[in-house]
Amino acid sequence: MKVTIDNITLEVEPGTTIMQAARMIGPEVAPPAMCYYEPLKGSGGKCRACLVKVTAGSEKDPRPMPKLVPACITAVQDGMIVENTVNEDVLETRKGIVEFLLLNHPLDCPVCDQAGECHLQDFSFEHGVSSTRTVEERNTFEPTDLGPNIQLNMNRCILCYRCVYTADQITDGRVHGVMHRGDHAEISTYIEKAIDNDFSGNVIDVCPVGALTDKTYRFKSRVWFSKPVDAHCECEKCSGKATIWYKGDEVIRVTGRKNMWGEVTDFICNGCRFDKKKTSDWVIEGPTNVSRHSVISANKYGANLIKPAFPVLQAARDYKQINDDRDRSFLGIQPALPKSKKK
Amino acid sequence: MKILTEHIDVPNIDTIDVFMKHGGYSAVKKAIKKMTPDEVTEEVKKSGLRGRGGAGFPVGMKWSFLAKPEGVPRYLVCNADESEPGTFKDHYLMWKSPHTLIEGMIVSSFALGANTSYIYVRGELMYVINILEKAIQEAYDKGLLGKNILGSGYDLDLFVQPGGGAYICGEETALLESLEGKRGNPRNKPPFPAVKGLWQCPTVVNNVESIAATSWIVNNGGDAYAAIGVGRSTGTKLISASGHIKKPGVYEIPLGITVEDFIYSDEWCGGIRDGHKLKAVVAGGSSVPILPAELILTTAAGEKRLMTYESLSDGGFISGTMLGSGGFVVMDETACIVHNTLTFAKFYHHESCGQCSPCREGTGWMDKVLNRIEHGQGRKEDIDLLVDVAKKIEGNTICPLGDAASWPVAAAIRHFRDEFEWHIEHPELATKPGAVFMRKGASWTK
Ligand SMILES: Cc1cc2nc3c(=O)[nH]c(=O)nc-3n(C[C@H](O)[C@H](O)[C@H](O)COP(=O)(O)O)c2cc1C
Ligand code: SF4
Ligand code: SF4
Ligand code: FES
Repeated sequence: MKVTIDNITLEVEPGTTIMQAARMIGPEVAPPAMCYYEPLKGSGGKCRACLVKVTAGSEKDPRPMPKLVPACITAVQDGMIVENTVNEDVLETRKGIVEFLLLNHPLDCPVCDQAGECHLQDFSFEHGVSSTRTVEERNTFEPTDLGPNIQLNMNRCILCYRCVYTADQITDGRVHGVMHRGDHAEISTYIEKAIDNDFSGNVIDVCPVGALTDKTYRFKSRVWFSKPVDAHCECEKCSGKATIWYKGDEVIRVTGRKNMWGEVTDFICNGCRFDKKKTSDWVIEGPTNVSRHSVISANKYGANLIKPAFPVLQAARDYKQINDDRDRSFLGIQPALPKSKKK
Repeated sequence: MKILTEHIDVPNIDTIDVFMKHGGYSAVKKAIKKMTPDEVTEEVKKSGLRGRGGAGFPVGMKWSFLAKPEGVPRYLVCNADESEPGTFKDHYLMWKSPHTLIEGMIVSSFALGANTSYIYVRGELMYVINILEKAIQEAYDKGLLGKNILGSGYDLDLFVQPGGGAYICGEETALLESLEGKRGNPRNKPPFPAVKGLWQCPTVVNNVESIAATSWIVNNGGDAYAAIGVGRSTGTKLISASGHIKKPGVYEIPLGITVEDFIYSDEWCGGIRDGHKLKAVVAGGSSVPILPAELILTTAAGEKRLMTYESLSDGGFISGTMLGSGGFVVMDETACIVHNTLTFAKFYHHESCGQCSPCREGTGWMDKVLNRIEHGQGRKEDIDLLVDVAKKIEGNTICPLGDAASWPVAAAIRHFRDEFEWHIEHPELATKPGAVFMRKGASWTK
């Protein structure tokens, strides 16, 4: 089957989704995904971050599709033409999705363990705008513990359902789900029951934000001060293939290995994740391949991998964009400087 | 012309003997003994009957899309979740005349080749559920349900399932999830229920009124049904009329009467309550765009607006609306549009299932902004903000609840922007109890 995405044409197998096809081309044209997680059956279709425009449905029926479609769950047809980064509507809608996802998000990145490897940070940095239009109070929830090792901070949750599908996939009697509706919906393990399953820790890895975090790692380090290393161990329960995170000589965290889309394909067990915190527990394979764009690679593998000019330029550009005409009158403060008059 | 409600006021019409005395279940006999399933479907197609649940999709066509693979059961599911604010017709029909629905269920199930069918009833209507259960038992006792119906070899079991009290479970795929015992989250489509519905088997979901109408069509023929109405709006429609009218209630109208007739004639709503004037109408349940008096009575082109799918949507969303599910809410000049819009927004905020981000976050946002405006804390930019939020939800969600939430807000601002501005510019006036904006030179008549 032939499909064209952002003017690049490729051949794919029948049944391939637009997302999968775009990922074959590369990250430049792959739509962002906040809920889709390839290894999790049933995931996708919810966050709407991946909405794209189909300008021709197929060779046979070349009419455009009336609405934007979610790339992650829409199968390609022979001769389909898709616009992602080249379509204004798509980009504008995506700005809206960022805005919606941040609407009730606490923006507590400075105290969030996920900061630096958070997909919501990446998504809003790449697709959002730098100002906000909301003045409403955010919805809030109390943090809760899911068993001894996992904390749920519902304020940060974007209801992508990835953890729900993970729980579904690893357990028979499902106890982890969603209660209530709408923006008052909550991830829950019904009646506060801990998910006492050997693989429950994987919900931490699949969570795109800092809603589910590892309590054994809590506040130990900012992620960019730690150094990820691929390692494996003999384990009866799982493949034993993991990424271990060092701060100095100390193993402060163990996670599954993530591919370039941030997905873990090999789930690890709780023993490996929470208990094996000594170098001697592991056979080291070598440094984890971290994208040079990632903040995790900062200050680590040699100097100048991130060109200093770039962030400065970006900051300067965004600074100009900051909308300073916002109405602050309700704060009762006079502007410090008189506004310059336009000529 | 009454089709569904002809005998509705006959005492004890909810018992099978009285119902049969008035011709009840003759359609079952005719269909099962004298017709093939395809012939029934053909009559329904000819009738032009359109889905009465809101979208108005032709029923016969929907039936013909049903996949029929060998050895896989098929299901008919009746959508009796009716939770749209302003709509209460299915409730009335099932409560007064449960056998009308059951007869339609048997005829329709026969046409589709379904041997198990369900009626999914809004959970709050427990007493209606009891009425239906009793009526179904009577039908079983008469051999109209169960094995080998009327000696024909056709089997049908009919079950009633109470819902859990969620508007979203009226969306057909959420309904199916709920019926399967899961959380009522709408499914991503495709696949559509006609291919993979209940328990992944081919399924047709139809509204109570759509299904109930099929018995009359079998008895009298599709052509007779199509002879009622105008153009592609055939047959009769139950309208739930409420608000500032003299005679609120459920009316069965032949499609094609004028809106003016419906509001002012004594046969129907009986006019606006004394001493007041018509200001606006929500014509098809809370999800459809509100229209001001002048646009509901006549189209933008100056023609009289009719109670039909086509006429009500004449002018698109710029100057038209939709027939929807027939929840006809009439407002006189004492109604505050901002308050009314807030009420609807609150409802959608409360009922969004929360799966997709535009609807989950957008409905809450619109509710909060409208709430501020209503309480005198609106900002100038809020009106455009609301329009933009509505636009960003519309068309970008999994199910149409997102659209249903954004249309009423967008339409209220489109037609009553000055009223929103007044709330924002004069909070001291707008927040006085009972204060309502009066447009200068408003053409609200009668
Ligand atoms: C949020 C939402 C709520 C709905 N509620 C109902 C309902 O209560 N009753 C109903 O018949 N259809 C309802 N519908 C429409 C159904 O999805 C479906 O289109 C309908 O049951 C099909 O039946 P029909 O073709 O006979 O109209 C709803 C749709 C949405 C999106
Ligand atoms: S807790 Fe995390 S993984 Fe689970 S739904 Fe929320 S954001 Fe998604
Ligand atoms: S549009 Fe709203 S109700 Fe429908 S699936 Fe999305 S969040 Fe749920
Ligand atoms: S990634 Fe496709 S909808 Fe979330």
